[in-house]
Amino acid sequence: MSEGAPPLASAATAARAATSHPLAIEAHGLGKRYRSARGADVSALEDVSFGIEDGEFIAVVGPSGCGKSTLLRIVAGLIPATSGAILRSGRPVVRPSAEIGIVFQSPVLLPWRTIRQNVALPLEFRGEAQDERVGSLLAMVGLDAFAERYPHELSGGMQQRAAIARALVSDPALLLMDEPFGALDAMTREQMNLEMLRIWTQRRKTVLFITHSIAESVFLADRILVMTPRPGRLAATITVDLPRPRALSVLNTERAGAYMSRIRTLLQAQGALAG
Amino acid sequence: MTGRSAPTDAARRRTVLVLALLGLGGGLLLWSAATDLLRVPAYVLPSPLAVGRALAAGLAHGPLDPGGFWFHAGVTVAEAAAGFVLGSVSGILAGLALAHWRLLEQLAYPYVVAFQALPKVAVAPLLVIWFGFGLEGKIVITAVMTFFPLMVNMVAGYQSVEPERLELARACNATTAQMLRKIVLPSAMPFIFAGLNVASVLAILGAIVGEFVGAESGLGTLLMQYDQAMQIAPLFAVLILLGAIGYLFNAGIRAIERRVCFWAQRAGAPEAGGL
Repeated sequence: MSEGAPPLASAATAARAATSHPLAIEAHGLGKRYRSARGADVSALEDVSFGIEDGEFIAVVGPSGCGKSTLLRIVAGLIPATSGAILRSGRPVVRPSAEIGIVFQSPVLLPWRTIRQNVALPLEFRGEAQDERVGSLLAMVGLDAFAERYPHELSGGMQQRAAIARALVSDPALLLMDEPFGALDAMTREQMNLEMLRIWTQRRKTVLFITHSIAESVFLADRILVMTPRPGRLAATITVDLPRPRALSVLNTERAGAYMSRIRTLLQAQGALAG
Repeated sequence: MTGRSAPTDAARRRTVLVLALLGLGGGLLLWSAATDLLRVPAYVLPSPLAVGRALAAGLAHGPLDPGGFWFHAGVTVAEAAAGFVLGSVSGILAGLALAHWRLLEQLAYPYVVAFQALPKVAVAPLLVIWFGFGLEGKIVITAVMTFFPLMVNMVAGYQSVEPERLELARACNATTAQMLRKIVLPSAMPFIFAGLNVASVLAILGAIVGEFVGAESGLGTLLMQYDQAMQIAPLFAVLILLGAIGYLFNAGIRAIERRVCFWAQRAGAPEAGGL
């Protein structure tokens, strides 16, 4: 476990700079300021630095409104940072790319398209032909029997699985997930967490997974970035040393419990959690 | 509202049909009684029988015979349909442009409001001077009348597109044209159809107004002729015909809407007629 303001990035970046193999993601002192409707300057994100290795599963945990989603949108190239730099494979991120797949908080499926057509949408936008990728992804997320159904015919969990398939359809190296299971009930959510690990094991993507569930972050991630409430800063980076493959029961182990209480303590120290 | 034993759809429809026929029959009886018993003069209110005879006589002519109703109805419907298509398409395009370019909206807004507040009937004589007494003048008047409901609804439809859908398109590097075609236009379809519903009624009105101002054929000319000749029974027959045409026009639009916006049935689609 490492802890401290700029935990990994500077060290890792320095080490990597010498080699020819850049990190999947490098964030250097990222900051984001908004001008609010009343003209006041609001700081959403301040001095966030970290590095992500290829194939790593990183969770970002923090209270609502700590700038987690802002961070994800900067990494995605959807919005620019107001300070600092974001590099993907050593190159600055300036715009969205086919190398990045995004899963939003809500499934954002288009109701007039079937599940298959929804999953194929990114290919259409990029002018690529629909091919067997769509079918095999639908099979992977267990929706092959629902390919020709419309979104409203599917449950919330199934809709979000379709959204994951859509994010993976361009075979991106990096998967960004913005509290993807936050709207699901607890049982479905656990199921989706297992599913998520299975998919990650099969496809070996680099994942940046945003959540406000401490248990979810410990269950899924290799490392956890703990953020402070507004303005969002990095409170700590926690390396989760739990054996893989993980079953849900791993959360009942003493070690997992220690990680969870440590994160809870960190968030409480930041005034992010009551009680 | 619900009965003790829920009636089936078919039974319910039969009840509605029976009630509708009873209502129509009762209305005709009342009308007949009013004209016969109260001795209302035929130039004020002709008996339903006389109107029926006039209607049958008018419809007995062939479609190319200017002495019958079919010919004039054809002219009016052609004007209304052409103006409807022209006005709707340009209204949708103008609405897209206004909603997409905020600056354009800000610049054009005062003119749009001013022109919308202007009774379109007032510009009809001018349009006839510009475009002549033929079909063109009526088509332009109808187009002007149907333009606004489509433009207004297109702007509202664009502004109601879920921001997440636009973000999804941006994350997939969609071009502006792709975003408008695959996200904005389909998302706005329920709004567009609300506009088309209103426009379908205005289209008939536009054609008739144009014919009032000056024309050689069309149901509007017939109305003027019968009015001047105090032939009230055929005048009523033409009014009934106009009502039927308007109803069929609107029913056609609604049938298309049910097919195109099948996905919006359960979602809170905007009600037609809201202007």
